[in-house]
Amino acid sequence: MANAAIAAGAAGRPIKYRSMSRDRQWAMRWSYFFLVLFVIFFLTPPLYMFITSLKSSGEISAAKNPWWVYAPTLSNYTELLGQNQYLVFFRNSALVSVCVVIVTMVISVTAAFALARMKFWGSATLATGVFLTYLIPDSLLFIPLFKMFAFVRDTTGIELMNHWWTLIIIYPTLSVPFATWIMIGYFASIPKELDEAALIDGATWMQTLTRIFIPVAMPGIIAATIFSFTVSWAQFLYPLAFTTSTDQLVLPVGIVTTLIKGDVFNWGQIMTGALLGAAPPLIIYAFLMDYYIAGLTAGATKG
Amino acid sequence: MAQVTLRKVIKKYDEVLAVRGVDLDIADKEFIVLVGPSGCGKSTTLRMIAGLEEISGGDIAIGGDVVNDVPPKDRDIAMVFQNYALYPHMNVYENMSFGLKLKRTPRQEIERRVKQAAQILDITELLDRKPKQLSGGQRQRVAMGRAIVRDPKVFLFDEPLSNLDAKLRVQMRTEIKKVHQKVRTTTVYVTHDQVEAMTLADRVVVMNAGLIEQVGSPHDLYHSPNTKFVAGFIGSPAMNFIPCQVEQAAGALRLRLNDKLAMPVPASRTNRYSSVVGKPNLVLGLRPEHIMETRPHTESDQHDFEVPIEVVEPMGMETLVYFTINGTEVCGRINPNAGGVAGQPMKLRADLSNMHLIDDTTGKVL
Repeated sequence: MANAAIAAGAAGRPIKYRSMSRDRQWAMRWSYFFLVLFVIFFLTPPLYMFITSLKSSGEISAAKNPWWVYAPTLSNYTELLGQNQYLVFFRNSALVSVCVVIVTMVISVTAAFALARMKFWGSATLATGVFLTYLIPDSLLFIPLFKMFAFVRDTTGIELMNHWWTLIIIYPTLSVPFATWIMIGYFASIPKELDEAALIDGATWMQTLTRIFIPVAMPGIIAATIFSFTVSWAQFLYPLAFTTSTDQLVLPVGIVTTLIKGDVFNWGQIMTGALLGAAPPLIIYAFLMDYYIAGLTAGATKG
Repeated sequence: MAQVTLRKVIKKYDEVLAVRGVDLDIADKEFIVLVGPSGCGKSTTLRMIAGLEEISGGDIAIGGDVVNDVPPKDRDIAMVFQNYALYPHMNVYENMSFGLKLKRTPRQEIERRVKQAAQILDITELLDRKPKQLSGGQRQRVAMGRAIVRDPKVFLFDEPLSNLDAKLRVQMRTEIKKVHQKVRTTTVYVTHDQVEAMTLADRVVVMNAGLIEQVGSPHDLYHSPNTKFVAGFIGSPAMNFIPCQVEQAAGALRLRLNDKLAMPVPASRTNRYSSVVGKPNLVLGLRPEHIMETRPHTESDQHDFEVPIEVVEPMGMETLVYFTINGTEVCGRINPNAGGVAGQPMKLRADLSNMHLIDDTTGKVL
């Protein structure tokens, strides 16, 4: 083993150098070993979901090999997509996520630009404060939010409970701080001279943001977009607490509440619903993966 | 008309004074270079003219109008930055036209100006490229192009050549000079490189510790520095500073360097130095090119002496020799064929008609 050879060399015996390519081969073998391990670990659950989604309820409850489909059927898919209910959940989820992404990006990009570039009194403290709000567990915010909604209802008569669009107001409390933090980091990596050049060229702050910073920081913006989309698409606790009527539910809550009746679990449809629900983030990731990685590693080389 | 005037300009960062009252008049079409060691306030001064730093006191006027509170975009200036600051997502054409577009200049006019600037800088074939596809020198040209197309009252250069390699720096230096001769825009140029300052400037402003030490033509600064700082800063290798005393000797004056070595002060300077006879803390300033190999001569201002040479540095067109007087290292420039061997004594000649006598307490040249 490589480690043993190094230890022996250090102990005083003449060091025997192996060829670089052999060293590299070993490195590659280890990489493949661990990568395969990870792939198995992370892809087994979705595979299991996929297999189960192709089975009938009878086959699922029968004590047969769970990893094999004996009588494949698409009935779970047709039934689920035939129900108006599932499509409503899907629509609610999509609307909430898209709106949350838009709201989050508008707020966090402008906030990050102000905090990173327009040096004003307390801007550094504020930037830290923004990040600290992200560290507050979301479950702690239920009761204050309930109280606030009650206050809004009492003073204005607007009922915020049990509406899917309420989630558009709530989710940014989670997504804005982190997205702002990502964007502050990204904007900070853009050389100061760039906005000074724009300033001299006659750009206003807003023009500097829209014509220079946003195009240059695109990888960071995409990273923040993916993040806030994932947060709102996969959010479970908030919609469970704030929405109750079937037509107001989003996908994760909808699947659990409508497909589990009492102690009867409709496993085939639950798996199908979850699998279809996981598709949109997957598709978005696949398209934006290159940008996403560039965005997350931006600080590494630019300082 | 675009003269730039600075009156008692001050910059304070918290309690630190970065610029401590700068007075400067820059004439229309003039090429002014601010030079000095790092931290002397030259970049801050330039940024205050640009409007990128607020001034803490005094007045700045461009073309006769006080611009203290005018934002950079309304000062009608263009700036070239050390790291070029090109917009990475725009191609060269877009980079150069960005400022004009913001000013809503008609499209044909933009095209005409960009093409013209590209021609001056010889970058016409690069107009479609992105900055990352350009070499350092090409980026520098584009940055200058971006400044030229705006046809501003004043060009500001902030150490524009320090990111280039030595050869390219010399080439771009010539380029900048040529461009200035073509467009004749008032230019303020900041550098820490005194060679750049000397070669480019109509007038050089030497700054030190937030103050102007001396303003003058390159020739003036080199041959008649006002202070020890300017004398030492301008010229490479730097001027030699040798502690000395002035003595009376039979109606004439004599410079005593040590017990063995004394040189007669040129007759033309007797009056000038007669008041400092016997005073302590005097320094003789003599440039290396005024210490040469000896040759038969009759000039009275030349003085021959012999010293052991310690280090010899052949440069090709000349040879630098180093020796010590009173523990001070002294450098001389001799003809490469004149000999000069480390560890052996050599006869040298000091040309005192170019000497400077400096009062080391005040730092002033007498």
